[in-house]
Amino acid sequence: MPQLSMRDAINQALHQEMARDPRVIVLGEDVSGGAGGTSGEREASGGIFGVTKGLLPKFGAGRVIDTPISESAIVGAAAGAALAGLRPVAELMFADFVGVCMDQIYNQIAKFRYMFGGKTTCPVVIRMAMGAGMNMGAQHSQSIYAFLTAVPGLKVVVPSNAYDAKGLLIQAIRDDDPVMFFEHKALYPRKSEVPADPYTVAFGQANVLREGDDATVVAIGRMVNFAEKALDGLAAQGIQCDLIDPRTTSPLDEKTILESVENTGRLIVVDESPPRCSVASDIAAMVASRGFESLRAPVQMVTPPHSPVPFSPALERAYVPGPQKIADAIRRTLDARR
Amino acid sequence: MAMALTPERLGFVYRQMKLIREFEERLHTEIATGEIPGFTHLYSGQEAVAVGVCEPLSDADYIASTHRGHGHCIAKGCDVPGMMKEIYGRADGLCKGKGGSMHIADFDRGMLGANAIVGGGPPLAVGAAIACQLKGEGRVSVAFGGDGSCNQGTVFEAMNLAVVLKAPVIFVFENNGYSEHTGVSYAVGSKDIAARSRGFGMPAETVDGSDFFAVNDAMRRALTVARAGDGPYTLEAITTRFFGHFEGDPQRYRAKDEVARQRQSMDCLKLFRARMEADGGPLKATDLDAIDAQVMARIEAAVADAKAAPPPAESELTTDVYISY
Ligand SMILES: Cc1ncc(C[n+]2csc(CCOP(=O)(O)OP(=O)(O)O)c2C)c(N)n1
Ligand SMILES: [Mg+2]
Repeated sequence: MPQLSMRDAINQALHQEMARDPRVIVLGEDVSGGAGGTSGEREASGGIFGVTKGLLPKFGAGRVIDTPISESAIVGAAAGAALAGLRPVAELMFADFVGVCMDQIYNQIAKFRYMFGGKTTCPVVIRMAMGAGMNMGAQHSQSIYAFLTAVPGLKVVVPSNAYDAKGLLIQAIRDDDPVMFFEHKALYPRKSEVPADPYTVAFGQANVLREGDDATVVAIGRMVNFAEKALDGLAAQGIQCDLIDPRTTSPLDEKTILESVENTGRLIVVDESPPRCSVASDIAAMVASRGFESLRAPVQMVTPPHSPVPFSPALERAYVPGPQKIADAIRRTLDARR
Repeated sequence: MAMALTPERLGFVYRQMKLIREFEERLHTEIATGEIPGFTHLYSGQEAVAVGVCEPLSDADYIASTHRGHGHCIAKGCDVPGMMKEIYGRADGLCKGKGGSMHIADFDRGMLGANAIVGGGPPLAVGAAIACQLKGEGRVSVAFGGDGSCNQGTVFEAMNLAVVLKAPVIFVFENNGYSEHTGVSYAVGSKDIAARSRGFGMPAETVDGSDFFAVNDAMRRALTVARAGDGPYTLEAITTRFFGHFEGDPQRYRAKDEVARQRQSMDCLKLFRARMEADGGPLKATDLDAIDAQVMARIEAAVADAKAAPPPAESELTTDVYISY
């Protein structure tokens, strides 16, 4: 099976869905690039991360739309196009820019289906790059999936690998609900096996990457990779854990998590969003209220501190929860043996 | 008007522009070595705008800057070694290494911060102008932005609010032809940023952004209006950037020889030198050469200092923020 980077897997999903369904359009800043340039090259960019490459030459400027720097209009226009029957995939470049267009996301897109009594859906996908670790500073490094997870009406996807990214994006485009699609910048070059044909990965179905009776580790996005590293280290000491990647934070596969904790009695949640009102605290609360009987130790939440993302590599390294912090948290739950 | 500047002042202006240029050209080479973290947007080519605008300002006046902010910082008087250390992510950088290239601020200099959100700055500049109005001392506030920023809703709102409040804000749009990889002729529908500002009800001028004197003259006209309490003003400066959008940009949207040609025809330093000669030499070539040498030495020292400086202690991660978890 071909090895693809997450960048290329997402690109392939966009190509395949645009070819399959003429209602799919792509819009955003520099999704092709080159418009109004002096070289005459019409696809001078293909997205600032190269994720939308090749779409413009194949599908034309009617369906692959470069926009001015106007996030509210990009997201609002995507929503309006969806109400009018299209299936837009809007690119916000950096997830941090959600700050500019929050009204269109949470007062408009998220509300339509319910507020209009089920008379419409709003099948918009908003793709955005997220995450710390590249020294991009406080306004280009955030992991904001937690606060969109808090909005009723939105579905929220955070893939951890190329295979899932392709299948989840195809599902997102075909899904009738609005989907917030978070792509961790550090994962773009990471490769995994990706089938060439289109396929979907269902929402609300966690992926269980490892199995073990000692503890349950739930990790989101890039944190899945770090948790795997931590577990590799612990395996040498005979510690085996379930590793669960929820893949979507809304809907959340509560069942898989609860069943695992029922067996292990110990839970560690690893989340790159800040600690308060995070996905980690959400999952911890869910398990505390619905799986309390199974718990044999306090739930461990491994998150960044409650601070903006620092620029300096020396600080950012300490900000991002890494394998060591995850391994320490697993040890702490195991030490609290009961 | 600006030729009323004394030779000392002209020397200051040239030094500032040269300092920005060499700061950026040096960063360009240092970034290639991989030692500078993050991503950096260089200001080379636009120096006459920052310096022409900031020359008549004092520390009591405010500016709000952009992702391409190094030139604005230097022109507003920020400490150059402190900036260099910030860009290297060092403990005694201007923002303790927590901000980086896109977030340099210096409130003692009226520098309200570079801003990595396009369109983030202009509303802040309006707010600072409200504070200036209340003080009643004729202070002003400047909102720097690129051609791309003029398409952002926050900028429209800020411009209208400034007109409504007659706030002393000067909106400076640096039209360098591109927003990232997209040309201004595509992204700005009317293709005329100054006209757009006039539509909001403020006076606006389009000036040659490679010509310090053109920018500085227009800025003085804007200041006369703003300091008198007659409301906001726009300057659209036509300029160019000598490097890519950020370091590492292959610039496939740009004609092959465009930058080489512009480095000949739109270099504010060359134009300034030519102007000195044409004006009968208020500053001689030898004076300017001496400034060049001083600037090179300052940059050399700033880079050496920054490289040798220690990174922030890990404990800094949770300072400067309310935290109890
Ligand atoms: C709200 C927001 N949208 C998009 C970006 C990504 N971005 C950074 S700079 C830039 C182009 C800005 O163009 P312009 O305003 O002309 O300034 P220039 O880079 O030419 O100085 C874009 C799109 C951003 N930083 N913030
Ligand atoms: Mg520009």
